[in-house]
Amino acid sequence: MTDTLVNVENVSKKFCRNLKRSLWYGVKDVGTEMIGRGSERTELRAQEFWAVKDVSFQLKRGETLGLIGHNGAGKTTMLRMLNGLIKPDTGRIVVRGRIQALIALGAGFNPVLTGRENIYVNASVLGIPKAEIDRRFDQIVDFSGIEEFIDTPVQSYSSGMTVRLGFSIAAHLEPDILLVDEVLAVGDLAFKTKCQVRIQELRDTGVAIILVSHNLHTISHVCSRAITFEKGHVLYDGDTERAIDVYRNSLIKANKGLEDSLRAGTGEIKIQRLEILDEYEGIQEECGVGDYVKLRVHYEALEPVVNPVFNVTMHVLNSHQVTGIRTDVDGVELGTLEGTGHVDIVIPNLNLLPNIYTMDAVIFHSDGFTFYDRVNKAANLRVTGGLQVNGTAYLPHVWANEAGGNGRIPPITSPQPELAQIETVK
Amino acid sequence: MNNTTILPETIYTPESQMRSPGLLLRAMVSDIKASRELSWRLFVRDLSAQYRQSVFGVLWAFVPPIITSIIFIILQSRNIVNFGETDIPYPVFVLVGTILWQLFTESLNAPLKSVTASKAVLVKINFPREALIISAVYLIMFNLAIKLIVLAVIFIVFQVPLTWGMLLAPVAIIMLMLLGIALGLLITPLGMLYTDVTTALPVILSLWFFLTPVVYPPPDVFPYSFVAMLNPVSPLLVAARDLLTKGEITNVVSFLLVSLFTIVTLFVAWVLYRVSLPIIIERMSA
Repeated sequence: MTDTLVNVENVSKKFCRNLKRSLWYGVKDVGTEMIGRGSERTELRAQEFWAVKDVSFQLKRGETLGLIGHNGAGKTTMLRMLNGLIKPDTGRIVVRGRIQALIALGAGFNPVLTGRENIYVNASVLGIPKAEIDRRFDQIVDFSGIEEFIDTPVQSYSSGMTVRLGFSIAAHLEPDILLVDEVLAVGDLAFKTKCQVRIQELRDTGVAIILVSHNLHTISHVCSRAITFEKGHVLYDGDTERAIDVYRNSLIKANKGLEDSLRAGTGEIKIQRLEILDEYEGIQEECGVGDYVKLRVHYEALEPVVNPVFNVTMHVLNSHQVTGIRTDVDGVELGTLEGTGHVDIVIPNLNLLPNIYTMDAVIFHSDGFTFYDRVNKAANLRVTGGLQVNGTAYLPHVWANEAGGNGRIPPITSPQPELAQIETVK
Repeated sequence: MNNTTILPETIYTPESQMRSPGLLLRAMVSDIKASRELSWRLFVRDLSAQYRQSVFGVLWAFVPPIITSIIFIILQSRNIVNFGETDIPYPVFVLVGTILWQLFTESLNAPLKSVTASKAVLVKINFPREALIISAVYLIMFNLAIKLIVLAVIFIVFQVPLTWGMLLAPVAIIMLMLLGIALGLLITPLGMLYTDVTTALPVILSLWFFLTPVVYPPPDVFPYSFVAMLNPVSPLLVAARDLLTKGEITNVVSFLLVSLFTIVTLFVAWVLYRVSLPIIIERMSA
């Protein structure tokens, strides 16, 4: 029991959608607070909504908890309540020990002052005494990697440098509980890695960490446990991989259907739908690493269209693009298309690692530039499998070692992947 | 980490902090202690930033009251306005008055200004909020010190006699500053929510300037004397000026009453500031 550092019980928080009203509620709330009548506020007033609703969880020493969820799911609000910046509307939060937040990196930096001066101010705001900063000064500067600019006014720093310096200061805190909100999303890769290593170091010394990130790789890498938030509620609390899965599922749900708002183009030929098929032409939403996949773009040409360019791009759900497949790049000419029909892309081995991928379909004019039609998020594909490695691509490979050459491990799919083929059916 | 020491426990509930006054008081005291170093750092930061980006630097601390004084000295000497006789040379009278008035307005403006300037940090980092106010007080005192040096020069020029009573002047001066801080703190929560407050302040202050015996001696004719009595700034400003220039205090009763009022208001305003900040922070970034 003494190991529990954070205990959140039935905590809710409401916000107001309308600014004018929100300000007025603010005045009223200050009033009720001052006369000592403020207590549990379970009723929503006009224009209010629950940003966090009935959330309970505990955090123990040495645990690293990831909070995941859509934008506005309540993660940051939760952190702000834990940090004591805002009060919960219902419930109770007990925090044992010194809590510190890696949130506003470089907040409070004065642009006119030098990096050196700002280190002292910022550290002081974060509650580090001067003697402590003196002792760690070189370490902080060293970690930030901006020694040459330490006596330059911060206003001439690049935004990356500012964040580096901010992180370096905050990373040398010694809290019992550390709150981290999306700070790992900035800086170059080397610095990001440095930050992750620092967080793991802190974890190893017994610091309890709560991490908010949209980068699921970071979460799965760093966190021992995760909570999935949806619309202020806890959807799942437990195993990190499972939490990520729950989050992805809820993303897919939110992602279903064509997004007409993003649809654009001249419209002579339209995309009807994008299907993901298996070897037997059955529609699939899920496949394994290296499986056979056929993407089928159904079109309807309202008038004859000469040599349109078909393009399908694949993204990691809500994140970066994995690849794009285009007829013009592949040197395929589709001729004149009329009426309805479909174009297939056969991928004999889909060598993508487990994740959820979303696909956009585009038909360009023959110039390869003007849209006839484009549909974002035309289909989702979940790739499953036991390969829990970070990254996107699975490269078929063979291991060997010098000693005997017996170290061959069979690849999980056929070692001779065929090239992608594009088929048309009129 | 084999940490066997008992960790401090912090509890956040929706309950009003006013329900547990003991806890609130203890938190206020410990936050004051915790903000000692931070407030000094913030003061040094603001001061060095202020002077690093300015060519005339300290000049700005005393040029405005001198200009205001010169205007009134000219108006008075040309008989455009007639404020009646003052028992010390009018230039000394008006300069001391405007310096003290400026101290009051600076103090009144300081809390809201300081808190607004730190909005970005306030909404993200939890630190003792008192530090913002204390650092603002340091800055005010620094500016005051510069003005007092100028004042000393004027005193020498006009051969104002030195008296032991002058040593009591800091009490009245500090009280005047505290009144400004108290009123400034009182409007801070509202001022953070609505920009109207910041817009209205200069207007109110310019009117207030004329309702306060800054450039004229305290009136003894009704209704002006009555207005001066209702105005809490008057007794403090008059007492501070009398102590500074003559080393005597003529309005002891009203001075003590307003001082008491100042202390009580300051305490209430401080509680309000503490209690309202979480509610306001939530509105500022919701």
